[in-house]
Amino acid sequence: MTSRQKRELKTNLVGYSFVIPNFIGYFIFIFVPVCFSFVLSVMKWDGSDAPMQFVGFQNFVKLASDSTFIISFKNTIWYAVFTVPLTLVASLLIAVMLNSKIKGIVAYRTAFFFPYVASLVAVGAVWNMLFQPEFGPINEILRALGVANPPKWCASTDWAMWVVIIVSVWKYMGYYMVVYLAALQGISHDLYEAAEIDGATGLKKLRYITIPMLTPTTFFVVIMLTIQCFKVFDLIYVMTGGGPGRATNVLVNHIYNAAFVDFKFGYASASALVLFAMVLVITLIQLWGEKKFTDFV
Amino acid sequence: MNTKTLKSRAIVYGVLTILAVGMVIPFVWMLLASFKTSNEVFSIPMKLLPKVWHRENYQEIWKKIPLLTFFVNTTKLTFITTVVQVLTSCFAAYGFAKVKFKGRDILFVIYVTTIAVPWQVYMVPQFALMGKMHLTNSHLGLILMQAFSAFGVFLMRQFMLGIPGELLEAARIDGLNEYGIFARIALPLVKPGIATLIIFTFVNIWNDFMGPMIYINSTELKTIQLGIRMFISQYGADYALIMAASVCSLIPILIIFMLCQRWFIEGIAAGGVKG
Repeated sequence: MTSRQKRELKTNLVGYSFVIPNFIGYFIFIFVPVCFSFVLSVMKWDGSDAPMQFVGFQNFVKLASDSTFIISFKNTIWYAVFTVPLTLVASLLIAVMLNSKIKGIVAYRTAFFFPYVASLVAVGAVWNMLFQPEFGPINEILRALGVANPPKWCASTDWAMWVVIIVSVWKYMGYYMVVYLAALQGISHDLYEAAEIDGATGLKKLRYITIPMLTPTTFFVVIMLTIQCFKVFDLIYVMTGGGPGRATNVLVNHIYNAAFVDFKFGYASASALVLFAMVLVITLIQLWGEKKFTDFV
Repeated sequence: MNTKTLKSRAIVYGVLTILAVGMVIPFVWMLLASFKTSNEVFSIPMKLLPKVWHRENYQEIWKKIPLLTFFVNTTKLTFITTVVQVLTSCFAAYGFAKVKFKGRDILFVIYVTTIAVPWQVYMVPQFALMGKMHLTNSHLGLILMQAFSAFGVFLMRQFMLGIPGELLEAARIDGLNEYGIFARIALPLVKPGIATLIIFTFVNIWNDFMGPMIYINSTELKTIQLGIRMFISQYGADYALIMAASVCSLIPILIIFMLCQRWFIEGIAAGGVKG
């Protein structure tokens, strides 16, 4: 062995020694399960010691006619269609207001951001009480304002999803506000000064400078929010359990119930792959957009 | 300042203050309710403040369910998972960013392939495999399934890539071996990354609900989040006590948040931390 080969061998060993501790754990507990989910999706298996049974694409065929799955799919889209724009607009507007040389910005920012780090279980419990139909403070206020029959919120099939959407916006807005705040710092003051010379007022500056300059950030936020909405579960599980009926049952509810209630592991994995396909489409859009916006910026 | 800008400033402050108060109301309500009697929580007409401040609620919750055990369990899980995550991520990130070893790119591609796969997609097969390894219903299983995320490696690698190669080369010439360079030069330079990874792992594990819900059956192994759920299912009408337990579960997060707010903000602003 030449000294050069020796040196190379040593570099390799050193490299492996750095990477191996994490890689072994990652490989066994994440990479293998991810691959296994593809295998499982074409199997029939109850998770017990009994052997799995290959069933081809039967699980996927069954999904197409499973009314609970179809409702879960629709609910997930419905949830995303409202949560994404509401969160986006709220976080953008608050970030813009906070960016206008506000005094006490740290206090405001803390108030808007804290829900993001607060535990869902605790937060879900308190929102459930606030929205309690008979004695909850929200309905009491509505009654005081003259609403004779305020919504039954989480107990109503028409309103439960709205409660989930409202709480989601409340909880996650702060995160995207911070993303926007960072992006706003990057917009050059010259642009605003030039616009002021041309006589632009506050709202015009927002419309013609701030929002266009934030386009790449908005794109990023839409992608992140959409993926986050597709995989929503904890919040719904804690607040409504997917109910009443199937009114707030989303895709991950379907995966969870198929696996851990009905013990159909193969079927659950097929359902999970649908979720994966949805996330993948969004990720591909993101990759396409990133290319586009690197030219833009 | 003319009257028009003055007026618009006032509007901005007004709107922001109203919204900020709205954001905080659920927490205030939670805190106030935790000092009431359970009947008082939903009294009509609504009373904001408790008539008598029932501080004993905060003693009673520890007796009703094994909340202390849950706190100890959560603290243990959070601490160990965070340490393992941060240590192995930093190690691996340094290897990927700064050591040119054979097969590096292939190993890294294996990490990249799963970055877009949400946990919800593979939680079922993961659970099945953990069952085969007899790691379900154990803290070890929970730690192992959460401590090796690709995300930690990516985040730290980004920071490691920012270290100039000349600096490391100089240290090599001075006779420091690769582990010495890692510990004495690389790690101090990526402190902001480490801080971000620590607090995000800490908050995620502390707040995690689905992991423990799927993996843990035995009461003595449960975490604080499962504990609050247990409280709700067993003492559903004891609203005040549920709120007191919720407040207790939020306090550690509030403390971490107040102390490390800067790292949260910078971590998100750098675009490195996922929602």
